[in-house]
Parts: sequence; C-alpha cells; structure tokens
Amino acid sequence: MADQTFPVPSPLNTERSGNAAFLEWLHSWVVTVDHKKLGILYIVYALLFLVVGGAEILVVRIQLAFPWSGIVSPGVYNQLFTMHGTTMVFLMGMPILFGFGNYMVPLMIGARDMAFPRLNALSFWLTAFGGFLLYFSYIGGFGLYGMGNAPDVGWFAYAPLTSKLITPGHNTDYWALSLIVAGFGTLGTAINIVATTICMRCKGMTLSRMPLFVWLMFVTSALTLVTITPLTAAQIMLEIDRYLGGHFFDPVGGGSPMLWIHFFWIFGHPEVYVLVLPAFGIANEIIPVFSRKPIFGYTAMVAASVGIGFVSLTVWAHHMFTVGMSAASNSFFVLSTEVVGIFTGIKIFNWIATMWGGRIQFTTPMLFCIAFVFQMLIAGLTGIMLSVAPWDWQLHNSYFLIAHFHYVLLGAIVTCVFAAFYYWYPKAIGRKLDERLGKWHFWLFLLGFHITFDIMHWVGLDGMPRSIYTYPADRGWQGMNIIITIGAFIQGIAVLIFVWNMIWSRWHGEIAGNDPWDAWTLEWAAPSPPPPYNFANDPVVRSRRPLWDIKHPNDPDWKYEP
Amino acid sequence: MTTASILVSEGPHPPSRGMVAMSCLIIGESAIFTLFIVAYVFFMGRNVSGPTPAILSPPWVNTVCLLASSFTVLFAERAIDRGQMKRFAVLWAITILLALKFLAGTATEWRDLIYNHGLTISVNVFGTTYYSLVGLHATHVILGLIMLSVVLGFTLTGHVNETHAERIKVLALYWHFVDWVWVAVFTTVYLIGR
Repeated sequence: MADQTFPVPSPLNTERSGNAAFLEWLHSWVVTVDHKKLGILYIVYALLFLVVGGAEILVVRIQLAFPWSGIVSPGVYNQLFTMHGTTMVFLMGMPILFGFGNYMVPLMIGARDMAFPRLNALSFWLTAFGGFLLYFSYIGGFGLYGMGNAPDVGWFAYAPLTSKLITPGHNTDYWALSLIVAGFGTLGTAINIVATTICMRCKGMTLSRMPLFVWLMFVTSALTLVTITPLTAAQIMLEIDRYLGGHFFDPVGGGSPMLWIHFFWIFGHPEVYVLVLPAFGIANEIIPVFSRKPIFGYTAMVAASVGIGFVSLTVWAHHMFTVGMSAASNSFFVLSTEVVGIFTGIKIFNWIATMWGGRIQFTTPMLFCIAFVFQMLIAGLTGIMLSVAPWDWQLHNSYFLIAHFHYVLLGAIVTCVFAAFYYWYPKAIGRKLDERLGKWHFWLFLLGFHITFDIMHWVGLDGMPRSIYTYPADRGWQGMNIIITIGAFIQGIAVLIFVWNMIWSRWHGEIAGNDPWDAWTLEWAAPSPPPPYNFANDPVVRSRRPLWDIKHPNDPDWKYEP
Repeated sequence: MTTASILVSEGPHPPSRGMVAMSCLIIGESAIFTLFIVAYVFFMGRNVSGPTPAILSPPWVNTVCLLASSFTVLFAERAIDRGQMKRFAVLWAITILLALKFLAGTATEWRDLIYNHGLTISVNVFGTTYYSLVGLHATHVILGLIMLSVVLGFTLTGHVNETHAERIKVLALYWHFVDWVWVAVFTTVYLIGR
C-alpha cells in the first residue's frame, strides 16, 4: 500500500540526546505552574541570594574588623550594606518563606494545587525579574562618573538622600523599580495563598483543624496585602519625584522627608511580622512532631498570630523615636509595641509547654527549633528594651539595634528556615538531608551566630553606630569587631556546609519514604516527592492530626477534639 | 464488614476563588489609595508658591457618570444571571461609554489646569499630590476600561453566556471598587481640600 511508505516516527521515542533532554528539563521548569516546582524555584532563587547577600556582608565585616582598614572605599561600603539589606529582606527572606508556603500550603490542606496556578507562576517570575533588576544596577545604574553603580542609600532609603540632586544616576531607580516589580509578585502570591486557604481546603478541613503553618501563612498573606502595597505606593511617589519633578519628599520644593520615613515604616515594620510569622508556623509544625505531643494551646496560637497581625499595623513609629515626635505619639507607640511582646510571649510559653513532658527527639530540625525558641526570647527582650523611647534615644541606630534585629532575622527566622529545610527536604526530594552534616551545620551556625551577635550588643552599648564604614582606633571597639568578624565567617562556613549537604543528599541521602518523621499532617500522606496531582484520592479530615487518626484507628484524635 | 459512616460536616459552601482574590486585591489597592490620600491631606495648605486648590471646580457630571456606571454594571450582572445576553451587552456598552465620558472629562479638566492655570506635576506640592492622586485613580479607570472592552468584544462575538456570570462578577467587583474609591478621592480633593 502507498501509505506504508511513509516513515512513521515512533511515539515512544523517548531516547534523546543529553542536550535535548536538558532542554526539555529546563523547559519544564520555566513553563511550570505546579505549586511544588514553583515552591522549589522560589527556594533555590532565595538560596542563591542568601549566598550573594552573605558574601556582601562578609566583605563589610572584613572592612570593620580593623580601624581604618580601607579594604573598600566608603562608596562601595554604602553599596554593600544597602544591597545586603535589600537582598536579604526582599530577595531572600520573603521568597524563601513564600516558597515554603507555596510548596506546603496546598499539600497540608489536601488540595490539588494553589487557587491560581498561573498567577503563581507570574508571581514567581515577577519576583525573579525584580531580583535581576536590582543586581543589573551594578552594570546598568550609571552614576555620576559613568561607572556601574549599585544603590547606596540604605535599605530604608531615607529622603532626601534619594533625591535626584543628591543621588544622580539611575541606581536608586533600579532599587525602587526592582522593589515595585518584586512587590507585585509578592502581592500575587499573597492573594493566591489567601484564596487557596479559604477556597481549596479538602473535605473536613475546617479552619479550626488547619495545620498551624497554614494558619500562619494565611495571616502572613493577609498582612502582606496591606504591607507591601504601601511600599509600592511610596516607591511610585519616589519615582514621581525623581522623574517627573514631583515634590513629595523633596524639602526644597515644599515636600517632606518625614513623610517618606512614615511611609517606609508603615511598610517596614509589618514586614518584620510578614517574615517572622511563617517562621513561627514552621516551629509550630516541627516542635510537636519531635516532642511526640500535639501542639499546646492551638487556639491560643491562632489567636496570638491574628493578634500580632493586627497590632503590627500600629507600631511603625517605634522606628522614629529619634526623629522627634510628640510625647503622646511616643507613648502610644511604646505601648502598642509592647503589646506585641504579650502575643509573642504566649507563643513562647506554648512552645515550651509543647516540649514539656514530651519524648523529645534531638534531630537536626528540632535542634534548630529549640535554638529558635531561646533566640526569639532574647530578640523579643531586646525588642522590649528598644521599644522604650528613652532607651531607644540612647541606642537607636547603634550596633545594639543591629544586634537586636539580626537576632530576629537570623536567630529566629533563618534558624526556623534551616529547620524547615531539614524537616521538609525529604518530602520534596525523597531523600533525607545528612544528619551528621546537619549537626555540624547546626553547631557551627549556633556558635558563629552567638559569637557575632551577642558581642554586637556590647559594641552597640559602647556607642558604635551603624552604617559607618570605619572607625578610629582609640574607641575601644576593635577587639570586639575582630571577634564579630570571626563569628560571621564561622556562620559562612556553616552555610556552606548546609549548601553542600543539600547538594550531596540530593543523590546520596537516605531514602526517606512518605513519612520519615512519623508526623501527623497531610503532606506526609502524599508520596515523596509528591506527584503533580498531590493526592490520588481527595483526603478527608476529621481532626487536627489526620495521619494520627489513620495510624491509630483505635484511638483517633477526633474522639477528643471539639 | 461494616463501614462506619464518616461524619464530615460539609460546612457552608466556600466562596468563589475569584471573588476572594479580587477582594484581596481591593484590600491591597485600598492601602495604595490610602497612602496617596494621606499624602494629599498632609500637604493640604502647605503650598509655598504657585496655584492653589482654589482653582479646582468639582467635576459633578463626571462623578455622576462614574457612579452611574457602577449601577449599569450591577444591572448587567443581573442580566447575565438570567441569561439575557442582549440586555447584558447593552448595559455593558453603556458602562464603557460612561467610563469614557469620565476619562474625557478628566482630560478636559487637566488641559484647563495645565494651560489656563499653569498647574503641572512639578510646579508645587499641590500639583504633585493632585496629579498623583487623580492620576492614580484614572489609571485604574483605564485598566478597568481595557478589561471591560475585552469582555464587550467577546460578548459581541457571542463568546459570553450565563456560564461566565461568575467571572463577570469578579471583574464587576473591581469596577465597583474603582467607582466607589472615587467618592473618597472626590471628597478629599474637591470638597475638603478646596
């Protein structure tokens, strides 16, 4: 027959050359709308910037180790700490936490995917483009002398430092535009997580049975809606000032730099809670599993989280005590800030009560969480100290403040993120992270963290201000600064061990199975790694610990829960 | 073998994801508008030179047109619920016309301010805050107009029917927001600020 002469390509021709297979693999990641792949993309992207932002601050630490060291020029120094701050908050902190949220929220509530998979992909690529824009400023942001120029106005970019007169060139515009773009990405993810939590829960997954990590991501996302948008608005105003000759923040034309400070911290303070609440959520998942007890005070945890969400919107001006406000405003912001301490205190008591009397397993994720509880406590206590206006007048913008907020950002948030990696890596990859390397990572990081940031409180109390590129030798700061720098490098080594562990365990880690930790939430019911559809059958939930119910049919939780 | 009946309370039907997402977007947008309004109020009466808000005259006709378009959209939503597609198309088209009238009104007003009163965005803080706030709103009207026009195009080519009511309502929610946030902008700029 005539048609038999056509060569018919076999549909089963799956053998491809290495190059084509690589392209196909790459393509599958670029066009993906799967929440799990996007979650991994977020996390890998954030880890990349963790290393970049970390390297930047190590240069800063070398510079500060000795007085008049002159490793970098003042201009480069300004760029380094600006890029470090911006990178760590916007390109590392938020993407990594939203990455975990992306990966875990649908799995934990028994959903097939996020509410809007394509919006999810758009959000990631907007965030990625924002990061690209920021770092493109190194070659694209031509400054006064025609050289590549990164932003150098500090991560809070106080006016009038950002005016065209004082900062010519485009570096500040790269900063503003990249954060506007990344901000829209964040807004999209926040909308997605709220819609997913409200609309996509599986049968029986009532709000009062939702895993606490999902609750915390929900509160975080709702908070993000009104947190990231003020920043976007302020950045638009800044660009109007810089490109259209507006006068919002320009004191010469009748504008007000104070307005920028208010607008920035209206974003900036809730932002801290946007970062720390998911970290609390991670601890809420890990501590019960490795204490072999259900979480203590589930309802109180939810209430405290929602409470923090609301109160965090009313505390911004505690960043502004030294700017000069009326006694009434000072008092209000002192009190509202201290209310946050009450809610956080509730949480710390609940975590300790969860561990109390439990059969604690000291695995790497649990070690990180235990460190987190105590470091969060210290961070909270120095926070209370700084919230007292007269104390703040003495120590604002000193290294005491730097030590305080790095205790929150590293001691609480990054520590919890490391715990989350050790806890959920087996789910995403199918292999456990190596415990021996994990212990090295934990103890080195803990050591380096405390060497750096405990000492930093003292150098702050001795009066060393932040953002200075060097200092005279006769101030008595030198010894402490050398120790701080050594601690920073120990942390750097710990992070490298962690990165190596991530790579090594990808191929050589112990095979995890579906449920390596004998945990109770729904993500452990799916295979590791989960298939694109997550669950073969829609799960049905009857209590807060659905896997406990399955494993213990004679003693299920739903008999006791309200 | 007997199977225990699994008692799972169905609970109330969850709201549509589209409506939840649009509500979230509106919450976020409200924060943006709040900051621009706060900036406007903050600089009220702090002009050092140039034109003052006294040169503004409230665009009543414009305002009525925009608010009326909120009602035409509402009636269009009811029409598509009942499957009256002709009625839907007409109401949708009227909405677009009203929005165009609003934009044309703003354009005329700005032309007058620029050429007859010398008010530009860079002349003083009043110009900066006025054009930013009203322009922010106009940008939202333009975005809404683009989306409304896409729907009208699909309606006229017969691609929209009552199965799309849910999606239409999500877009309509955005349009209601754009219309009613104008009340806040209008009150601030033309009634209180003058």
